[in-house]
Amino acid sequence: MTSKKKEGPVNTGEFPSKQTVEFARGQRHDASAGHLCLRFFQRDLRLAVRSTGQWLNPLLFFVIVVSLFPLGIGPGPATLATIAPGVLWVSALLAMMLSLDSIFAHDYRDGTLEQMVVSGNPVSVMVIGKVMAHWVTSGLPLVLLSPLLGLMMQLPSAAYLTLVVSLLLGTLSLSFIGAIGAALTVSINQGGVLLSLLVLPLTVPVLIFGSSAVSAVASGLEASAHLSLLAAIATLSASLAPIAIAGAIRIGVAASR
Amino acid sequence: MYRFAERLAPWLAILCVLTLAAGLYLGLVVAPADYEQGDSYRIIYIHVPAAWMSMFVYMVMATSSAVFLIWRLKIADIVAVASAPIGAAFTAVALLTGSFWGKPMWGTWWIWDARLTSELLLLFLYLGYLALRGALESPQSASKAAAILAIVGVVNIPIIHFSVEWWNTLHQPASITKFDKPSMHISMLRPLLLMVLAFQLLYFHNLMVRVRALILQRENRASWVAELAEKNHV
Repeated sequence: MTSKKKEGPVNTGEFPSKQTVEFARGQRHDASAGHLCLRFFQRDLRLAVRSTGQWLNPLLFFVIVVSLFPLGIGPGPATLATIAPGVLWVSALLAMMLSLDSIFAHDYRDGTLEQMVVSGNPVSVMVIGKVMAHWVTSGLPLVLLSPLLGLMMQLPSAAYLTLVVSLLLGTLSLSFIGAIGAALTVSINQGGVLLSLLVLPLTVPVLIFGSSAVSAVASGLEASAHLSLLAAIATLSASLAPIAIAGAIRIGVAASR
Repeated sequence: MYRFAERLAPWLAILCVLTLAAGLYLGLVVAPADYEQGDSYRIIYIHVPAAWMSMFVYMVMATSSAVFLIWRLKIADIVAVASAPIGAAFTAVALLTGSFWGKPMWGTWWIWDARLTSELLLLFLYLGYLALRGALESPQSASKAAAILAIVGVVNIPIIHFSVEWWNTLHQPASITKFDKPSMHISMLRPLLLMVLAFQLLYFHNLMVRVRALILQRENRASWVAELAEKNHV
């Protein structure tokens, strides 16, 4: 247990703690880009697993929001089946928004972000590891739970696979796009609402293609075109967003000085 | 730059008023009524220029943001800040006049038409930009963060536009009774182009005034600003 603890930035009162400094510097000269990315991925994953609320709360939020819709609209199975793709997708989007705040906020407060910037390693590479960890802890659980909620929303059984695939691709893009907003608002107190305000308009294409893929299959059509476009958006955001995120983190760290 | 803006502003104002007057006169009085829409089509002379400007201003904002990030030109940042509220206003005007036009033409104030929706999202982008600027306390980081946001937005705008267009055609292909635009008669087109020019001038005039104010605000410690203030007995 103690050996594990040394790897994460466990704060011992100093600001930033020694472990944080050592961790973020990494092995500056012999660490390859992939290794660096993987280190941050593992670290963030470990931190997320240890604080249950971080991955559980968005998931609960997702379940509760979806179950509010039948209460608000009425329990008629036909109505529910037609709105199911949209409801599931919008709820997943909102749940992702809720979890975005946590990507950088902690590391900003304990100084890890600052150490990332001064370490001399490429920030954009380290950021990829962090965003992937965010996706695994908050995107993936939503994806895995979505068929169950689809069942509750009377989604036709043919559409389950498409629902899972579209959410898989979509939540990945949402993590990357959302991380830009999270990085831009990192130095702002209570930036949560602002974060959603910035990010939500940018997520419209993901929402459109995702929910229309599901409803296309539900009404007996092909969804491969939608899914290809979703995959294209995921690739594009995963390759371009880290640059913007790294730039935004530099600004956020500079603002705190 | 301050002097440049000061000299240019009155000329732009005069030109703007002249073209506005000419455009409005030609558009509202001289141009014939449309055979299908009657006189209500005349709102086009406000609506179309405003919609064009809403996109043009965002491009100006994104370009100057990129210039600011790459070459660290302070004036580029000032142009971007000064443009944002003007662009948001143009977008709002385009949406409002569009809905006034939509009521008699389509029978509804609002319809989830592709163009309307992307214009609405553009307004959200403007508002997000302004909100981010307002929330960051230190001016340097506000400028840079907002510049990144503007560039991210400009990369996204085409994707948003096409996805919205596709979404709409996917769901309700024929329910919108969009009138077929007949190739416009020259007597209707001329005032429209004049109005577009007038709106451009209006934008540049507003921009110059705002840029001047922002330069004064930012350089309020500089000696030339103090001299200027003394000269004008402020």
